[in-house]
Amino acid sequence: MTEDDLDRNRRHFLTVATLVTGAAGLGAVAIPFISSLRPSARAQALGAPVEVPLGSIQPGEMVRVLWRGRLVFVLRRDETMLASLPDAVNELRDPDSEVVEQQPDYAANETRSVKPEYLIVEGSCTHLGCAPLEDFDVRPAEGWGGGFFCPCHGSKFDLAGRVYKGVPAPTNLRVPPHRFVRDDLILIGQDTGAV
Amino acid sequence: MARIEAEVGKPQGGFMKWIDDRFPFTATMEYHVTKYYAAKSFNWWYIFGVLAFVVLAIQLFTGIFLTMNYKPAATEAFASVEYIMRDVEWGWLIRYMHSTGASFFFIVVYLHMFRAMLYGSYKKPRELIWLIGMLIFFVLMAEGFAGYLLPWGQMSYWGAQVIISLFGAIPWVGDVLVETIRGDYSISDITLNRFFALHVILLPLALIGLVFVHIVALHEVGSNNPDGIDIKKHKDETGKPIDGVAFHPYHTTKDLVGIIVFLMIFSSVVFFAPDMGGYFLEHANFEPANLTATPEHIAPVWYYTPYYAILRAVPDKLWGFILFAMAVVLPVFLPWLDRCRVRSIRYRGWMYKTALSVFVVTFIVLGWLGLQPATGTYVLLARIFSVLYFAFFLLMPFYTAIDKTKPEPDRVIYHG
Amino acid sequence: MDKVTRLARLFVLALFLWSSHGIAAGGGGAHMESADIDPDNVASLQRGARNFMNYCSGCHSAQYVRYKTIGKHLELSEEQLIDNLMFNAEKTFETIQTAMPAADAARWYGTPPPDLSLMARAKGVDYVYNFLKGFYVSEESPTGVDNLALEGTSMPHVLWELQGYQQANFEYHENEDGSVTKSFAGFEQLTAGAMDAELYDEFVRDTVNFLAYISEPIRSDRRKLGVWVMMYLIFFFVLAVMLKKQIWKDVK
Repeated sequence: MTEDDLDRNRRHFLTVATLVTGAAGLGAVAIPFISSLRPSARAQALGAPVEVPLGSIQPGEMVRVLWRGRLVFVLRRDETMLASLPDAVNELRDPDSEVVEQQPDYAANETRSVKPEYLIVEGSCTHLGCAPLEDFDVRPAEGWGGGFFCPCHGSKFDLAGRVYKGVPAPTNLRVPPHRFVRDDLILIGQDTGAV
Repeated sequence: MARIEAEVGKPQGGFMKWIDDRFPFTATMEYHVTKYYAAKSFNWWYIFGVLAFVVLAIQLFTGIFLTMNYKPAATEAFASVEYIMRDVEWGWLIRYMHSTGASFFFIVVYLHMFRAMLYGSYKKPRELIWLIGMLIFFVLMAEGFAGYLLPWGQMSYWGAQVIISLFGAIPWVGDVLVETIRGDYSISDITLNRFFALHVILLPLALIGLVFVHIVALHEVGSNNPDGIDIKKHKDETGKPIDGVAFHPYHTTKDLVGIIVFLMIFSSVVFFAPDMGGYFLEHANFEPANLTATPEHIAPVWYYTPYYAILRAVPDKLWGFILFAMAVVLPVFLPWLDRCRVRSIRYRGWMYKTALSVFVVTFIVLGWLGLQPATGTYVLLARIFSVLYFAFFLLMPFYTAIDKTKPEPDRVIYHG
Repeated sequence: MDKVTRLARLFVLALFLWSSHGIAAGGGGAHMESADIDPDNVASLQRGARNFMNYCSGCHSAQYVRYKTIGKHLELSEEQLIDNLMFNAEKTFETIQTAMPAADAARWYGTPPPDLSLMARAKGVDYVYNFLKGFYVSEESPTGVDNLALEGTSMPHVLWELQGYQQANFEYHENEDGSVTKSFAGFEQLTAGAMDAELYDEFVRDTVNFLAYISEPIRSDRRKLGVWVMMYLIFFFVLAVMLKKQIWKDVK
């Protein structure tokens, strides 16, 4: 090799080495900036699980709570409501909760809940996110067995949050992670045992 | 024009041709980068322009991310800074880079301006570059001032109170002006909100625009050099100045070294001494603004202190303000105050060399005095050095005219 | 290199050396002992955390500090946090709040006890150290004590059981112009506390260490990261210099 060739090789090597080192540095610097976009410690604190005492909820009554800024319905179903759950199965899009993203496995059952009595479901229509209204009156003439009705585009859900066929909403109402701390106290947002 | 006419052109095929048919990309790259020739003899005084650009980029980038979490309301601002420091992932790093960058911006800009004084870079035909540069300096001072109010600490509040009140010294319009700047009868949440708008939008846009124009003006006449001679006087057969080298790859690779050294110094501050002993992050500013209690010792941040010292040296509110303003503005006139035929200090006489040395000491001493309480001997010293500061400029037409110069070389001095 | 460049380089060096000495934080002309804390001593910080929660948090909040963060840096488990440090908080992500209502505190003490999250950074570690050691008996004061570091303080001597009470001796010099200068001439122990001087000193030092920590919890991490950053930059510097020399080789 001539000296010129050696020079050219060295120049090429150094250029590449410098560019790679610089690019690596820039990549490393990007990490903190992008990470800063993640939920901060305060967001995580505010997004902490929410306790809901059940003692004062009557059968047939529903309370609304906020968890991570989202609406959650806690409905205490009475005997009639529970008995009516199998009735509309043929008119439901996903009666057996086969779409796994919409509920944790402990809620992938007939009542979509841990305990049959209590339905805990996000109050966010799976179409475009409006808050569905409660409509627990049974109107057999209309074929309505009770459930939720979304005023925005007319989607309907039953008393287990399951979506009807023929409405814009594609899936059942989402069940958030939750657990029973005691029989009369639930923790929404966490389903493992830790505090 | 610094452009080499014969060589600017369009490339052959493909993607680049599609772009170049619609946008002067290659032409711009060649004109400003690959075929922009600057002297091969640049020394390290020439790094500060590039560094100023780097710091500007750092401030813009970190500033954007700070804005995502900062709250410009008097009741929330201080807490939001602590939120950034403690709760936001890596927020502390972004904050320290920004606070360190602010101080380094002034260090770099002062040294950049000093280079111009060393080598006569403000002299014909570069007066306009200098004027635009001075405008950048004024905007930068405003930007730093507006930014400093944002943490809403004790020093933020009281420092702003003192400096804004200054404008009240202007006869007739003073009080109205002060109220208009503040937007309220005293510095308040309203002032904070508008200073936020200035700091985040108006002044950065102005800075970016001015820096762009600054570089265009520079490239129109070409860079100066440590010998102060015109490299375009001697060109080779292809029209290239024989004492010049293309910006890329020569100055880009050389500047990279300088930038890395700068980053080493910058990083050592960010990671090991972000407070810098209380000069970069002042102790009093770790207390939230208390409208009922002025801190014992109010001083502006270190980079304003030379001018602050001059302001306080004058025992009269109006005249103090006038002299303070004059001190800031006077350097604008350097291209016309300087009567020397020769650009670079290398070929000037002992008078200018002495004057410039005295000026450097004066500026530093005034800066130090601005941090001290205005009592006792400090007052006398401030007055003496203020006189020296003005003398440097006001006597310049005389001592530069009679100063005995040395003959300038024909070619640049370069030792390789 | 020309004289001016040489001078300028000297100046930059001097500036660097001088700035490390820094501006004095806060006032006080009285004698200031150095706190001499060891920020990396986790055991000291743990003791300081315990001291703070037991003696300070009754009146002072540290509203920007989360228990979780303390647990992470002071190597304390969630259980240890809950059992030893969390008196009026349930979850570890909560911040250190004081149980004393602010309005009452302002009434009782004239001024509400300040939040301590940033005290060490605002006033300096030495100031806080001297403050905690500087209470002395004073008949004029409603709390019965005054403080050498902060004259006229409305804070009572919370740690009196540990330090006991001391007296401050002053000397008065008359100046030429008739004014009188008062200078501090030492403390004298009046009643003993549960701790001797050395033990109390360590107690205060641990507490100050903790206060310094909470004023900037990220300090230790940032220094560690800084070492890596510098190493990377040195490596990058060497490469860049080699590249520059190679490119400039043919320039005469």
